[in-house]
Amino acid sequence: MKDFWRRYRRNKGAVVGLAVLLLVMLMAATAPLLFPGSPWDMASAPFMPPGEMGMLLGTDSLGRDVAAGIAHGARISLLVGAVSTAAALLVGVSLGAVAGYLGGFADDAVMRFTEFFQTIPSFVLAILLVAIFTPSIGSVVFAIAVVSWPPVARVVRAEFLSLRGREFVQAAEVLGKSRISIVLTDILPNALSPIVVLSSLMVATAILLESALSFLGLGDPNLMTWGFLIGSGRSVIRLAWWMSVFPGIAIFLTVLSLNLVGEGLSDALNPRLARQRSGAA
Amino acid sequence: MTVSRRGLLAATAAMPVLMRVQDAVAQGIAPRRGGTLTTILTPEPPVLQIGVNNQGPTLVIGSKMFQSLLSFSPTLEPIPVLAKSWTISPDGREYVFTLQENVKFHDGHPMTADDVIFSIMKFHTELAPRARAIFALIESATATDPLTVRLVLKQPFQPFLLMFDASACAIVPKHLFDGQDYRTAPAVQRPVGTGPFRFAEWQRGNYVRLERFADYWKPGQPYLDQIIYRVVPDSQSRRLAIETGQAQLTQTNDIEPFDVPALRAKPNLEVSVKGWEYFSPVSWIELNHRVKPLDDIRVRQAISMAIDRNFIAQRLWFGIGKPATNPVASTTRFHDASIKVAPHDVKAAAALLDAAGHRPNAQGVRFTLKHLVLPYGEIWSRLGEYLKQSLRQVGIALELESTDAGSWARRIGAWEYETSINFVYQFGDPTLGVERTYVTSNIQKVTFTNTGGYSNPKVDELFNTARNAADPKDRQTAFSAVQKILCEEVPQVWLMEMAFPTIHDKKLCNVITTGLGVHTSFDDVFLTA
Repeated sequence: MKDFWRRYRRNKGAVVGLAVLLLVMLMAATAPLLFPGSPWDMASAPFMPPGEMGMLLGTDSLGRDVAAGIAHGARISLLVGAVSTAAALLVGVSLGAVAGYLGGFADDAVMRFTEFFQTIPSFVLAILLVAIFTPSIGSVVFAIAVVSWPPVARVVRAEFLSLRGREFVQAAEVLGKSRISIVLTDILPNALSPIVVLSSLMVATAILLESALSFLGLGDPNLMTWGFLIGSGRSVIRLAWWMSVFPGIAIFLTVLSLNLVGEGLSDALNPRLARQRSGAA
Repeated sequence: MTVSRRGLLAATAAMPVLMRVQDAVAQGIAPRRGGTLTTILTPEPPVLQIGVNNQGPTLVIGSKMFQSLLSFSPTLEPIPVLAKSWTISPDGREYVFTLQENVKFHDGHPMTADDVIFSIMKFHTELAPRARAIFALIESATATDPLTVRLVLKQPFQPFLLMFDASACAIVPKHLFDGQDYRTAPAVQRPVGTGPFRFAEWQRGNYVRLERFADYWKPGQPYLDQIIYRVVPDSQSRRLAIETGQAQLTQTNDIEPFDVPALRAKPNLEVSVKGWEYFSPVSWIELNHRVKPLDDIRVRQAISMAIDRNFIAQRLWFGIGKPATNPVASTTRFHDASIKVAPHDVKAAAALLDAAGHRPNAQGVRFTLKHLVLPYGEIWSRLGEYLKQSLRQVGIALELESTDAGSWARRIGAWEYETSINFVYQFGDPTLGVERTYVTSNIQKVTFTNTGGYSNPKVDELFNTARNAADPKDRQTAFSAVQKILCEEVPQVWLMEMAFPTIHDKKLCNVITTGLGVHTSFDDVFLTA
């Protein structure tokens, strides 16, 4: 573990990313303390510029505090990112493992199924799914999970394909271990590092997707999210720039930090690759 | 033909109104011939033939090509258009219209009483539900001579004249429609009317061009050479078009309310919210009375008192429109200004809910209601959020649901909602535009009927009395009584008398001269140099 941290620390960007991400998480966790009450409450006069009347980041068209919206929105955005990624991982890893380990017909069937999803533009599919199931937090998470799992399945399949022929797997087979136990205890732990890296990037993509859906008015109308904040501020941007700029910065920082963390994880989990990269630089 | 004294009075009374309007509009500036008016049309209508399509954009552009017998002043007095004069018999059953002479359709055919009767009895009666319901009262329609139309009603119907505006009963050429399917006749694609502008070309998705009709029946008019209606789907682009002078006029929903304050500040632009008196839409929170506890008067009163209508009008709509005081808009006939809904009072609202037996739980919530947000644009989403917060203050949790326009109309029509937002045009008279939302006989599974399911025999009776009475005084008595009951029982929670900004270059004169605003012929509109 110490070794891991040492390798992670070598990537300065990743450390900064982690710090920002922790800050965002801290903000999400303490939002009810920092901004008690609902972020929908009208706290002040509408269209107050940042800094006036005690409103740090200004107020929106109904006099709601933009800062409270961002803090409470962080909870929803992070939650959506985490839950939809977990769901996508569950589907992607299972299908990828089946395809990669069994090979043959099962592999063909699963991969054609995956390609079917990959050929549909993911954002359009997400919009369609949310529109059909009426916008709610559940349908948004479901839609993001449905469009995010195919890359996971492909990565996991590739890892499994290369690992299943290795000696330690053959040894396990000779020992008479069951297939399910070989997959879970021998192959999966060794395939974990690309999955971890991929999932940190998926959380970032999920946050962006959720924001894009909310921006288009397809978010849960009862939940304050960053995309909603930008979407509702977009039309009055010439009147109140702060309504869309600050949530935009929040999304930008969070997504960037997740990407940096993903890169740091990749370096730390694949020390040889990282060394090559720094050697070449 | 009987010309009664009262009828003569009505006919002569119409003339001064016309003069007044013309005087007022000219504002001392001599009209100038020539020039092109570029304006905006959103959304692009499927067809331009009034009757075949009666949606907003079709009425805006169609009213330049089509005219009817009358138009209406801002106080809803009739103004002669294709009818030079008219008489009404003392029993209120016989209407005789004398038509203007030398009126030609755009294809050169003269317009006669036959065209008028065809338009009333066949064309609009078949195509438009609103016209069908009222023209069904006509017992006989005869052309006593080519320029005289005599309509006899089965019973007196005092708001009858209000049906003779171009938006309700455009006069169409009989020779191009008779014997054909009105919806697919070739004239639908190339509209032919008697209006000052005739159809020139339509590049779908781009623009519609109308050109001056040289044989227009008013000598020397219209003043403009052509009108170009550009299709601009994005609201910010529309704002830029009027700001930069690429368009000289915007109307209806073209400009979002939040953009209006900035445009008001422009020295070369004129912003007006007049010209909607005939339509006078009132918006309300639509309550489904089948959902408990919305069947309880105290709960409905509490909801009504929990809402700050001034905030809605001033903050959400930026002063475009004003707080509703009762179910009849103040610009509609028979509005009783002395009858008002209870004022904004959060404490009284909470007390009413306590009295109704709805105690708040640990979170301060008394009960939860679903709210179907009206999917007509962002401002309605903001309204939903505002209502959610306001009602939460008195302990009612509102759970917002979003949907698309088609599903909204279907769900309202099928009574599959708890609360929502709705608004309808009032067409100048409560019998035409208010009654339909509150009477028992109109509880139908159809959008824009009494979908809430409110039923009160007393209200039914009063609306019926007002509908059938020939004397405006009797009608006022009944309408005042009904407004009083409705304000006490709050069947729907009225929010705002809506208005729409008409924004135009100050060089463009006479834009709004009647109670129909931009839905008039524009034969007197001109551009100063």
